[in-house]
Amino acid sequence: MATLAIKAPDVVIRGRKVVAGVVEGEALVTHQTISGWGGVNPMRGEIIETHHELRGQSFAGKILVFPGAKGSSGWSAMFHTTRLTGMAPIGMLYNITTTKAALGAVVMRVPTMTDLDLDPLEQISTGDWVRIDADAGVVSIWKGGRP
Amino acid sequence: MVRLSDEEKAMRDGGHGPAVAKAMDLLIRYAEALGAEDFVYTDNIAGVPGSSPQWVKDHFAADGGDYRAVFSRFDLDSDEVVDVPRITGFSCHLQGGMDPELWREQGMTEAAFENFRADEREVATHGIQVLKTCTPYLAGNVPVMGEHCAWMESSAVVFCNSVIGGRTNCEGRESTSAAMLAKRIPNWGFHKDEFRRGQHLIEVEVPVDTIFEWGMLGYFTGAAVEDAIPVLEGTIDAPALIKHKHFGAAAASSGGVEMYHMVGITPEAPSQLAAFGGEARGERFRYGPQERRAIYERLNSIGDSRDVDYVMLGCPHYSIDQLAEVASMLDGRVVHENCNLWIFTSRAVKVTAEASGYADIIRRAGAHLMTDTCSAISQAVPPGTKVAAFDSAKQTHYLPAIMGIEGWFGTTQDCVNAACTGRWEGRLN
Repeated sequence: MATLAIKAPDVVIRGRKVVAGVVEGEALVTHQTISGWGGVNPMRGEIIETHHELRGQSFAGKILVFPGAKGSSGWSAMFHTTRLTGMAPIGMLYNITTTKAALGAVVMRVPTMTDLDLDPLEQISTGDWVRIDADAGVVSIWKGGRP
Repeated sequence: MVRLSDEEKAMRDGGHGPAVAKAMDLLIRYAEALGAEDFVYTDNIAGVPGSSPQWVKDHFAADGGDYRAVFSRFDLDSDEVVDVPRITGFSCHLQGGMDPELWREQGMTEAAFENFRADEREVATHGIQVLKTCTPYLAGNVPVMGEHCAWMESSAVVFCNSVIGGRTNCEGRESTSAAMLAKRIPNWGFHKDEFRRGQHLIEVEVPVDTIFEWGMLGYFTGAAVEDAIPVLEGTIDAPALIKHKHFGAAAASSGGVEMYHMVGITPEAPSQLAAFGGEARGERFRYGPQERRAIYERLNSIGDSRDVDYVMLGCPHYSIDQLAEVASMLDGRVVHENCNLWIFTSRAVKVTAEASGYADIIRRAGAHLMTDTCSAISQAVPPGTKVAAFDSAKQTHYLPAIMGIEGWFGTTQDCVNAACTGRWEGRLN
């Protein structure tokens, strides 16, 4: 995806590559961990967990920013299924490395980073424009949406 | 970069065939995503290799649309289709999509059943044991302390780590299928001593002795520590396999607990010092009367109507002693005409239940004893279900969200009573 060089990013943070690649898009942020199997509907890319703050919202085509994965071991397969249905996020940033989130990112094949030097949950709000360059280990953030 | 042995390099480079090469490629990408330094050898793998509904096969129609296509493209995340050889590692298939006999009652179509049977034949032909349960440790796969495993199924993973002292991360479908071929899994997380140390303390101040109480404590624990490793100490009593099974499943659902220590109860926690690998660290949570009531209310917050039309037992799959207990509760009673009672277990345990007479009692009461799956996995509930009841915190967590129904949580006796009266009368004593 082309780099948007119109305006310098408001915030730049650095971290570790989980899955290689470069992508940019709109952020969907949650401060709550996400269940895969039983927590998302893969046909709609939607969070369905009963008490979740994102319940009813879709991450399809978004950059999903979340603390980490929880719940069933079906996490990777459920997110993998969103790749088949075209409802996957286009990139991910998470704080806590688990086998669920790491394997899920690998099989979705979307640019993903973790171990960031500033907390992405503090730096990024839903609707911000985010560019992940996992190969370079850089996340660029434009507050308030597409620059 | 993950360090590879000469044999692992040969596997990656195709020396052990194309399927093993694709498996190693995926495992290497996965190890790098984790930040793992190397692999461990494993010869105990539990997953759901290659099984898929028809629409997934149709998705890979251009690749043949069969088991081989799904195993290659989905399980191994390979860009090309490869022949999958017979698996040589000790590998088992966990829970599946429907009961092999009562699938019509579960609302499955003939076509879906044929697909299920075809997948099962492939699994067996590939040398993978057809356990078809979320409780492999009750059906023929019991790891030992220190054994490196690669298991899926969060409730089995937490049991393996905590109760047995086996070593497994909460693996996924793709990593377990790859591990069945490569007999390797990233040496990360629970495979390493330092990772297994407790991170938070939970002080238990109310008596936790029955399976119902253990389940609520588990649900509290997961909500409190999320994916960390809790050390529980205090008034926990009368440990038993089924209580650990229920506790771990609940903690893995409300949080992401993959291992817990109970001081004086679990094998890596002879003392608080041993459980933490030093002084207590992290946060300190209290489980007292208020917390107990709050967790009960949270589990029952998705119930409104007390007219129960479905009672589901067997999450995780019931053991033989649980089937004996429920049979004794059902003996001489009949499931209410407005209600259904489905009880889930493994095929291995069902054989014993048949021989012991429990299955007959369950059927005479008008209930179904089902295997392989559960309502959440198969998304199968009796037609028209609006309000369900469970004795499992895990199923209460998942099924209402998945199916958009109401749910109640209580004791097994509360659930059997609801099944026989059609009314939910459960309450916290």
